Amino acid sequence: MRFKNFVKKNKSFCFLAVLALLIILAAVFAPLITGGADPAASVLKDALKAPGREHIFGTDKLGRDIFTRVIYGARTSLAAAFSVVIIIFVLGTVLGVLAGYFGGWVDTIIMRIADMMVSFPGMVFAMAIAGILGASIKNAVIAVALVSWTKYARLARSLVLKIRNRDYVAAAVVTGSRTPYILAKYMVPNTIPTLVITAATDIGGMMLELAGLSFLGFGAKAPNPEWGLMLNEGRPYIQSAPWMMICPGAAIFVVVVVFNLLGDALRDVLDVRDE
Amino acid sequence: MSAKQLGKRLLQIVLVALGISFLTFLITYLAPGDPVRTMFAAAGTMPSEELIQETREAMGLNRPVLVQYLSWLRGCLKGDFGTSYAYHRPVAGLLLDRLWPTLKLSLSSMCLMLLVAVPIGMAQATHKNSFVDYALRGLTFFGVSMPNFWVGLLLMLVFCVRLQLLPVASFGGDFKSLILPSVTLAFAMSAKYTRQVRTAILEELNQDYVTGARARGVKEWQILWGNVFPNALLPLITMLGLSLGSLLGGTAVVEVIFSYPGMGSLAVSAITAYDYPLIQGYVLWISLIYMLVNLAVDLSYNYVDPRMREKRQRI
Repeated sequence: MRFKNFVKKNKSFCFLAVLALLIILAAVFAPLITGGADPAASVLKDALKAPGREHIFGTDKLGRDIFTRVIYGARTSLAAAFSVVIIIFVLGTVLGVLAGYFGGWVDTIIMRIADMMVSFPGMVFAMAIAGILGASIKNAVIAVALVSWTKYARLARSLVLKIRNRDYVAAAVVTGSRTPYILAKYMVPNTIPTLVITAATDIGGMMLELAGLSFLGFGAKAPNPEWGLMLNEGRPYIQSAPWMMICPGAAIFVVVVVFNLLGDALRDVLDVRDE
Repeated sequence: MSAKQLGKRLLQIVLVALGISFLTFLITYLAPGDPVRTMFAAAGTMPSEELIQETREAMGLNRPVLVQYLSWLRGCLKGDFGTSYAYHRPVAGLLLDRLWPTLKLSLSSMCLMLLVAVPIGMAQATHKNSFVDYALRGLTFFGVSMPNFWVGLLLMLVFCVRLQLLPVASFGGDFKSLILPSVTLAFAMSAKYTRQVRTAILEELNQDYVTGARARGVKEWQILWGNVFPNALLPLITMLGLSLGSLLGGTAVVEVIFSYPGMGSLAVSAITAYDYPLIQGYVLWISLIYMLVNLAVDLSYNYVDPRMREKRQRI
């Protein structure tokens, strides 16, 4: 009954959550959806076939089925975007909570580094890091995470500062609660709702940045089916086989729209104060 | 901004630039790629192990990282940013050649973005929660979610390949080759900016002076352009400065798509070729440009906001 009420109250959120779940399931059960086709199987005599009954998204220069590759590509893109968001969420929260709770030199060091990271264009640095470390999806994730954690640290710190001097925290200290306990019991839970909303709205943006890095050749490597990389591979064939870039691009677009909308809807659900 | 504050900001810029350049240096040092081998591979030769060692020695790559960094830094202060491995030319000259095209691209896309975002954001704010507002909000939402390299390729497909109105590659750097790259960059940016214009204008529309002006019978368009817009300008200028940051990173992708001869495409090829001096120069230059622009934005408050000016005169 409670579940029914929740669905009734948050129709758009539930609808988007189902869509997002479908996308994730499509990625997980990619072999089922594509009928067991191999995303790397190339049939050279079928190269650059236009979309038709046999290949609904067409084939690429090596005769690989683009529909299969787009579905498998969801695995890479989703896994990478979620990894980035989880890394920056954990790293940012931990550093921000520590900076806010302890203050002093811990605060100074962490926040100075954070200040430094926001005072120059992060994508430029991410590009350099990902490229120098060598093209791989793992390095792209590291590079994007390295320049994106500061937002979470700032948020967590400001949230901790708000409750740091409340009486119940002082009471916990006086009654002999150990510091790790206070951090885990009072500080971290206080930061979670806001940070979860931020993380949810960030998934789409991170996906775009990762795809951008892969497009430039600083992310996923061939023959890995990744959407940004597929767009790059389709670029020289824009004249003869435009479906090679249209389909993976549309896939990124649709997934990012769903996750961005989901993030906004989640904010409406969790953040009642906003109204 | 007082002289003391300005000095503090300049010091901060220097410190951040030092930090950034050292980080970049450290990463190139720790990275698995070998610039010497890449250089010989690019020249098409298979060097012997001794030759590689000799070249490393001659390029100073065998020294400790801190020594290398300090000697690079000493050069930078004299205006010598090192010599590119791939082009065998001074980094400063290479970057300088590409600086103007990139600036031209950034500025033109920014103007384009303002031409789109300000009227749309205004329309949304004045017709809040109407059909127009919702429709435009939906549009901007799609704009934010589209990867800009996809937008660029789609534009190219339509205008260069199908309609054949514009050149596919922008080698020339003339006006025609500037159109599509600017439109691509302006696309996603204007979607973001429209939302911010809407919020800023709405905030001002809720102020008492608007009610007062309406009560006195001042015409709505006069209130909007004469009072509300100038007041909403301040937060918008700040965001303009910040969006330059995403622009500087974003031009690289767009420059690559349209083969535009700017700093971004130069950097991408430098990164692929492990051309460390060029990468370091690029990161340092972009960071400095970005920080100086943001400083200029803060300084411009003195002129945009009379309250700041008065405060300074009083002190």
